[in-house]
Amino acid sequence: MKKNILQQTPSQTVGPFFAYGLTSEQYGYDYPSVVSPKMIKGNLKGTRIRLSGRVFDGENNPLNDAVLEIFQADPNGNYGTKTNEGIFGFGRSGTGANLDHTYNFETLKPGSNAKTEAPHLNLTLFARGIQNHLYTRIYFPEDKSLFETDHVLKKLNSSLRQRLTARSTEPGHYVFDIYLQGKNETVFFDV
Amino acid sequence: MAKKIWNRRNWVRQPKLIDPAYKSTILRNPKNPFIRVHLNNYSTEPYFSKSDIRQIDSDLTKNNRKTHDPIGERIIVMGHVRDEFARPLKDCLLEIWQANSAGRYIHRNEVHNAPLDPNFLGAGMTLTDENGFYKFTTIKPGAYPWGNHENAWRPAHIHFSIMGRGFVDRLVTQMYFEGDPLFKYDPIFNGIPDEQSRSRLIAKFSIEKTIPNFAHAYIFDIVLRGQHATPMENES
Repeated sequence: MKKNILQQTPSQTVGPFFAYGLTSEQYGYDYPSVVSPKMIKGNLKGTRIRLSGRVFDGENNPLNDAVLEIFQADPNGNYGTKTNEGIFGFGRSGTGANLDHTYNFETLKPGSNAKTEAPHLNLTLFARGIQNHLYTRIYFPEDKSLFETDHVLKKLNSSLRQRLTARSTEPGHYVFDIYLQGKNETVFFDV
Repeated sequence: MAKKIWNRRNWVRQPKLIDPAYKSTILRNPKNPFIRVHLNNYSTEPYFSKSDIRQIDSDLTKNNRKTHDPIGERIIVMGHVRDEFARPLKDCLLEIWQANSAGRYIHRNEVHNAPLDPNFLGAGMTLTDENGFYKFTTIKPGAYPWGNHENAWRPAHIHFSIMGRGFVDRLVTQMYFEGDPLFKYDPIFNGIPDEQSRSRLIAKFSIEKTIPNFAHAYIFDIVLRGQHATPMENES
């Protein structure tokens, strides 16, 4: 095994003022966004879904300065799929563009790349006060039959699994709230 | 395809999650330990190519220029993005944002009483080339005050977001400038536990790369996590 030669660059908080740099179009700044909450691209076929939610701090106040990223497989379970409008599967949304402090994504429901794996979205969270970004996963309630065999979920008890499962509020719309602390603290991963 | 696994984040050298000196960390970080997981294989090709971004966005003195050049000290910030094994990483997306020369961010919620510059937005992006090299032209940002404690000022800094080859290879950080007198008072910078690691965020002034009669140059190299083959497999 190769030895490390260089040391990882340390992480720092995204701070409160990322919006014009990272989420400019979502927040209405006159500057192009290369990553956006609207993830559906080109000719890729699949089930269109909307995902939204809020991020709560340890006093149950929603954060209005968080930014979330989704990294996901396509409907066939493949990562990095090229479309005629660029590569599918990477999206970004802030929580400060709406008065209710929700993040919002429009995407295609992912497939799974193994029969034993439950479809999921990889979620990365950045915010003022978060010096090292946080990783979690979002699963879908209709895929419960795969939770026993999924290589991540099988490490978790049913209560923790529940915290990683989005609610379906209407067909095609899922809600996933994140709790940074407290009795419902979201499960975060070291990936 | 050989199965590759990612090196872990080096937690010993990363900032503490909850740090009372930086007040916003207290309610915003989990108290339960992270659960370690191994990831299934996914594509580790870059997600972006030259056609995705505008070339002008690597020059922050030009990409929002309306009538005049922005006010302030023009600088060039350049460096290489590599992994822990010193392999250059091409087509990494670098997005930066910063305050203007007066220490004012253009963000709508910012209320610091310093002037905006109509010719300066303070946001840019670029991709690394074949050798992992990147370069931005910009204006040296000013220090800005914040409410963490009495008379708190952030050292001058540029925010960097780096997207390597997927969400594991993701880094958001801040670049500082050599010799800043505010370093020792800043809890964000000092959240990093050791001096050697903190020094990796300080760009070095380079007289060799400075362009006569145009701009000072600063070097800021970035190291992302490496991938290695599992022990069962041979790696040359």
